[in-house]
Amino acid sequence: MPGAGVSIRVVKPGLFTSVQDRGRFGYAHLGISPCGAADAVSLRIANLLVGNDEYAAALEMTLLGATVEFDEPTLVAISGANCECKVGSNQIAPNCPVEIPAGSMLECGSTTDGARCYLAVQGALDVPAVMGSASTDSRGRFGGYQGRRLQAGDILSVRHVNQPRIRPLRTGALKEEMRSRGAIRVTSGAQRDWFRNETFANFLANSYAVSEQSDRAGLRLKGDMVSARETRQLLTDGIPLGAIQVPQDGQPIILFVDQQTTGGYPKIANVIAADMHRIGQLRPRDEVRFAEVSIPEAIEALRAQERWLKVIWQD
Amino acid sequence: MKIVVASDSSILVEFGDRIDPEIQDHVLGLFHALRALDDPRIRNLHPGYVSLLVDFDPLALSPQDVQALIESLRSNRAPAARDGSAIVAIPVCYDLEFGPDLADVSAYTGLSAEEVVRLHSSATYRVCFLGFTGGFAYLAGMPEVLHTPRLATPRRAVVAGSVGIAGGQTGIYPTETPGGWRLIGRTPVEMFNPLAQPPTRVQSGDIVRFDPINRVEFEQLCRERA
Repeated sequence: MPGAGVSIRVVKPGLFTSVQDRGRFGYAHLGISPCGAADAVSLRIANLLVGNDEYAAALEMTLLGATVEFDEPTLVAISGANCECKVGSNQIAPNCPVEIPAGSMLECGSTTDGARCYLAVQGALDVPAVMGSASTDSRGRFGGYQGRRLQAGDILSVRHVNQPRIRPLRTGALKEEMRSRGAIRVTSGAQRDWFRNETFANFLANSYAVSEQSDRAGLRLKGDMVSARETRQLLTDGIPLGAIQVPQDGQPIILFVDQQTTGGYPKIANVIAADMHRIGQLRPRDEVRFAEVSIPEAIEALRAQERWLKVIWQD
Repeated sequence: MKIVVASDSSILVEFGDRIDPEIQDHVLGLFHALRALDDPRIRNLHPGYVSLLVDFDPLALSPQDVQALIESLRSNRAPAARDGSAIVAIPVCYDLEFGPDLADVSAYTGLSAEEVVRLHSSATYRVCFLGFTGGFAYLAGMPEVLHTPRLATPRRAVVAGSVGIAGGQTGIYPTETPGGWRLIGRTPVEMFNPLAQPPTRVQSGDIVRFDPINRVEFEQLCRERA
């Protein structure tokens, strides 16, 4: 039936699957978080593979993927953490445009080397934009699909495209960049001077374990205590994406995409924009270390990442 | 004014170190001036009690660019924080069913429950800024005698519209969330609607008053909203 469009039925929702795009900007002054893909680099790659706008709405799956059924032949791509995906007994390769036959089910298993993978569908998911974004705001309960993570039985529609294009990647292009295991790069936080130099040096020398109580709003870290030398209360101020705040218990928290927009704990450091996607791939119990870079180095890393994102495609 | 580079994509502009209406005027003055530019390179503005966090696209602007932009705005015009600020009356039912912690506040402050309600609803409050979650207003102006510490163990879910006290702060939960504030009442009006324009009932700089209503009026307003 031409023009009717494709729809996707959720058979099993996985652990935490939600619709995400670039995120919602321009509303922080109303208390609204950016949300958006936790690993925006993988979201962009998945979308470009199927010819979508790079930041189009796609499914973000966490630790355990979803099983979804397609009613029409549909071109999809999966990027991000490695995850065994199958249609019947056929394995689906990641980072590659794949056509799913009508009436078949795509089963995504557990992620093995990261926390999140992205399922982009040619034409993009068709959910209403709220404040300019299709991203799910789980705390505020709006955006995405009915403002919540997906449940079994949900049916999502897909936008119709007239001239499908695909964009394959160069073989092996993702390996070196996406598998970097080094320290997460940070710059000084807004309250860096609330901490002694020695405390900051220890913060960089230590390693931290990602706690089980971590989610898209914040990653709680466990490790040696970090104490501010200032004992006064911080007057609640704005929180940048990727800020590392230190509550009284001395256990740092990385504030992430679903973060509260303001808070009252001092921020010792901030993850650089170029490493934000790596935060989205941290799993509970992963070990993390931080390395300090300057602002010009942080910007150069981001520019290098953008250059890399342009040269990974077959032409 | 002090500028701190907060990340590779944001700067924090600080105007002082205490909660003070004049400092707040500077924060909101700069907030409104930057909003008026409608510059797509500036992604988000987060006003706080004494500061404004400016979040920008790091591929389009450097922290120095944003600093220069802010300095040019400040030399070009005086802060006009009160532009469009309104007085907003929020009806609140202080019945015990909606205020399960009213008795605690009364015991802690040594005031009768009636006196707590009278004091809470006769003060005027200034919306310093919205933050934490969509539509949550940080209000200044609660009478000091009402200061009560938050609950030792937060509730797993607080009903939307609940009005609470935490230390020297009072506020309304715009959506159902976990929360540790002492609940003293509930408003039937919607504080946050993501599909409305604007999505929040109050804006930074507004003056808020709580109008006590009885249970019948509460039900009536709930029906009108539905």
